[in-house]
Amino acid sequence: MTVPDELSYTPEHEWVAVSGSAATIGITDYAQNALGDVVFVSLPAPGTKVTAGEPYGEIESTKSVSDIYSPVDGEVTDVNAEIDDDPGLVNSDPYGAGWLFKVALADDELPGLLSAAEYTALTKDSEQA
Amino acid sequence: MPDPPSPTPRRTALTGVHEDLGASLTDFAGWLMPLRYGSETAEHNAVRAAAGLFDLSHMGELAVTGPDAAAALDYALVGQLSALQPGRARYTMICAEDGGILDDLIVYRLAAQEFLVVANAANTSAVFLALRERAAGLDAAVADQTSDYALIAIQGPLSARILASLTDADLDQVRYYSGHPAAVASRPTLLARTGYTGEDGFEIFARPQDAERIWAALAKAGAPDGLVPAGLAARDTLRLEAGMPLYGNELGPDVTPFDAGLGRVVKLDKPGDFVGRAALEEHARAAPRRVLVGLTGQSRRVPRHGYDVLWDAAARGRVTSGAPSPTLGVPIAMAYLDADVATQAGSTAAGAASSKGRLAVDVRGKPEPAALTPLPFYRRPA
Repeated sequence: MTVPDELSYTPEHEWVAVSGSAATIGITDYAQNALGDVVFVSLPAPGTKVTAGEPYGEIESTKSVSDIYSPVDGEVTDVNAEIDDDPGLVNSDPYGAGWLFKVALADDELPGLLSAAEYTALTKDSEQA
Repeated sequence: MPDPPSPTPRRTALTGVHEDLGASLTDFAGWLMPLRYGSETAEHNAVRAAAGLFDLSHMGELAVTGPDAAAALDYALVGQLSALQPGRARYTMICAEDGGILDDLIVYRLAAQEFLVVANAANTSAVFLALRERAAGLDAAVADQTSDYALIAIQGPLSARILASLTDADLDQVRYYSGHPAAVASRPTLLARTGYTGEDGFEIFARPQDAERIWAALAKAGAPDGLVPAGLAARDTLRLEAGMPLYGNELGPDVTPFDAGLGRVVKLDKPGDFVGRAALEEHARAAPRRVLVGLTGQSRRVPRHGYDVLWDAAARGRVTSGAPSPTLGVPIAMAYLDADVATQAGSTAAGAASSKGRLAVDVRGKPEPAALTPLPFYRRPA
């Protein structure tokens, strides 16, 4: 399982890459592996105001469907249109071509996000639970 | 996210092989089973196009033997097993007194006085206890032999070609729903032409100590033809496309064989009493209140187990199984639908314009249009 050091994470298995006041969001390698083959992703439309911890989309895999939560407060500026044609990008490249949406951050402070080490510890715990 | 496995599920004779292959393992009915090895969609497609190799050792094997073995099964099950020829197999069910389904089964008649009953893993104990109770007073013994068997399935259009190089059996003589002793990879097995994928295929009942050898031989012989190991995730989408019911989804104690459209397995014309006869005779006479139907989703959001089926925005049914169909490329589902709705939706299906928008599935709060679709969704090319 890959957990890049430079990203931030949520307990709901999303990753966040922050660059200035913009955040890019996707789901983690752990999450895509647990979901299995992703067949459809619905994403918030650009312009949607999002609040951290609230669901704004869903991700369908062969076996299950899961909510996609926004890890941050702000406004959606962009969604990954490639995902619509090729949802498998979420499986094959979850931290790269499989990114989901971008948010213009409302605040510089991003409380509640986990470091790579913290997120790795969390996934280990849930494997042993 | 799926729940993590509980600490102590049972291992099969092949669990180590799955671990070496990097499988995602899951606790299924108390067994640690491979969910998938890589992409479950690729595994599904391999079974449709070539062949897949499955570990089904979690299935229960119950031996019923003795002079009254056939009579005991005729009384315990809804089928007429006394009419089964040695070497043949039959799909049947065990029901409660009220006609509810306790399990669906495949029964092999190995010899005149020897039957092997194959039960779902989650139901094996209950079926064993019911068979023992129902055989009481008869000269028949019931034994749980689950630990004595590993069960390996090879499924797919190239199964026979792959298996032929590894067995002394003449596979042209092994008919669908038959089971015979045969050597596979030079090991003794019960070789059956059965399956749960909608494809041609075989199920190989082997001694646990031979399982790794047989698995490895099949994997090696099949690799050039595109055979891959396949997990329970692929097995579920394969059986759903083939319109085959799954206990716990389409079948259960609150469902009769007639509800499930499987009334043909109830042999009301067999002589003698059997458990559930009175209730099932009534169900056979009455028009079913609900029927099992196939649905095809018209959007990409997938109807799943437990979702309501809507007719004119009112809940009139319930999805029992649903998945994105790898073969068809659209969401498919099986559902119980109120009989009058099924009739209306079916009669308007021909003129789809008039039923359009009336039939839907409540997918997490939003109705998604669905179309009634004859089962099975997939039938293998002749």
